[in-house]
Amino acid sequence: MTMTSPAPAHAAAKMPDLALRGRDPHKLQLAFADIGRGWAMWRLWIQLGWNDILQRYRRSMLGPFWLTASTAIMVGALGFVYSKLFNIAIDEFIPFLCAGLLIWNLISSIITESGALFTGSESYIKQVRLPYSVYVYRFIWSKIIIFAHNVVIYFAVLLYFQISPGWNALLAIPGFALLLLNGALTTLFVGMISARFRDIPQIIASFIQIVFFVTPIMWKPEVLRNHVYIAAVNPFQHLIEIVRGPMLGTVPSELSYAVVLGITVLNMVLAIAFFARFRARISYWI
Amino acid sequence: MTDTREPDRAGTAVHLENVSVSFPLYHGGSRSLKKSLLYRGSGGRIGTDASHRIVVEALREINLSLQTGDRLALIGSNGAGKTTLLRVMAGIYEPTVGKVGIHGRISPMFDINLGIDQELTGYDNIRLRALILGITPTQLEEKLPEIAEFTGLHEYLDMPVRTYSAGMMLRLTFAVATCFEPEVLLMDEWIVAGDASFISRARQRISTFIDKASVMVLASHDLATCQQWCNKGLWLDQGRIKQFGPIDEVIHAYQASVTA
Repeated sequence: MTMTSPAPAHAAAKMPDLALRGRDPHKLQLAFADIGRGWAMWRLWIQLGWNDILQRYRRSMLGPFWLTASTAIMVGALGFVYSKLFNIAIDEFIPFLCAGLLIWNLISSIITESGALFTGSESYIKQVRLPYSVYVYRFIWSKIIIFAHNVVIYFAVLLYFQISPGWNALLAIPGFALLLLNGALTTLFVGMISARFRDIPQIIASFIQIVFFVTPIMWKPEVLRNHVYIAAVNPFQHLIEIVRGPMLGTVPSELSYAVVLGITVLNMVLAIAFFARFRARISYWI
Repeated sequence: MTDTREPDRAGTAVHLENVSVSFPLYHGGSRSLKKSLLYRGSGGRIGTDASHRIVVEALREINLSLQTGDRLALIGSNGAGKTTLLRVMAGIYEPTVGKVGIHGRISPMFDINLGIDQELTGYDNIRLRALILGITPTQLEEKLPEIAEFTGLHEYLDMPVRTYSAGMMLRLTFAVATCFEPEVLLMDEWIVAGDASFISRARQRISTFIDKASVMVLASHDLATCQQWCNKGLWLDQGRIKQFGPIDEVIHAYQASVTA
């Protein structure tokens, strides 16, 4: 058997551009490096995120506004029927329903589609080494684009009912940022476990359907009367409220902020711990 | 970009030390959560106990050093681990055991269709691929005329790539992958799918930057191509290095074993 050609002694002096080792003890640093390098490749993921949208709606006349149209019809129809059902003034109920539904559509699409985050990018992952966080940024970016198309309905509703949320509306911006941060962390976590365990996306899909009905989106928490705690123990209610509240001109409660911050910390610890531990395994799983 | 990283002419470009890669086989039930939970419940040690999982050892104890200027051919039968080794060198599979060190920018060419958006034009796909390879738009715009020239696709570059033939895609991919003098060029065998004039131009292009300070690794079943393109050979057999050395010797030994 021929031996490998002798390595020159000075080779070790120059740091390699890519250094990998089995059972690397610096897992956490590598995970953060991935997150940072992924962010720095913003040109790539912004482009890929756009392409995802264009690809889906290419050659269709309304494009992503199809989603806007269907959401608008849903808001109109549900708003009319449910305001009668709950006996609430329509100009109070429709803005509530509209804001809630827009935020819920964002949350649910992030959670249900995140299962395919890595498995759906197999062709990339198997061909080129990119920071895994690039796929997360790309995904969240494309969700922001869709949300931006849908938010048109909200402004239409404000105009139609002549409502002004006032300066409190600005609070929706930090709320939205928190929501996206949690979305990104969840995506990373769910994307990884779904690559390993292929039944996770199915479980999530059925779970999300239930959450939609038990969370105050189509109904206002007040209708629970003295059972309001049912809404208060639902973390999704708080995640929605920190954006919906300001969109409707109210300041979210301290409880809502506290719960969301708690979820964020938990999410961060869980997602980053998992990512640090299993990052190097993702390409083996898919 | 390369200014900051002065190519180390006599240096090691690719260094693999005791690299092993094994794939756990997750098929059917073993990939499901139910199985995994039941395992845990029954006191099984999944993940720690290799005997509970079927593991495919794709690469075993690979030690390899490539110097700048080396053009290595990976040869061996199907399933010998050629593609896995290429992917290890590209940093796609991080080794289960051992160390990998790569000096220089890696340019993988494993799949012609990587990052190709069928509806985008040739030019837009060149831009997208450049982004994937970490090339900034300013660097790209400088090189764009040269890339366009090399593809020889002319006005086709303004059309969506779904109108392209496989050979045209190959030209496009190759032009982008090689336009920035990759220091480590990794290629799977599809490269030989091009027509004769393309192949000769591709070889010419590779030789220009290999001479400067680069390494090329090519995995192929076509021994004639390996002999033409490479100066070293690595014969893989069931994930192990069977022989490494000058291309003629390795091919000779390989052919002897195959016909024997």
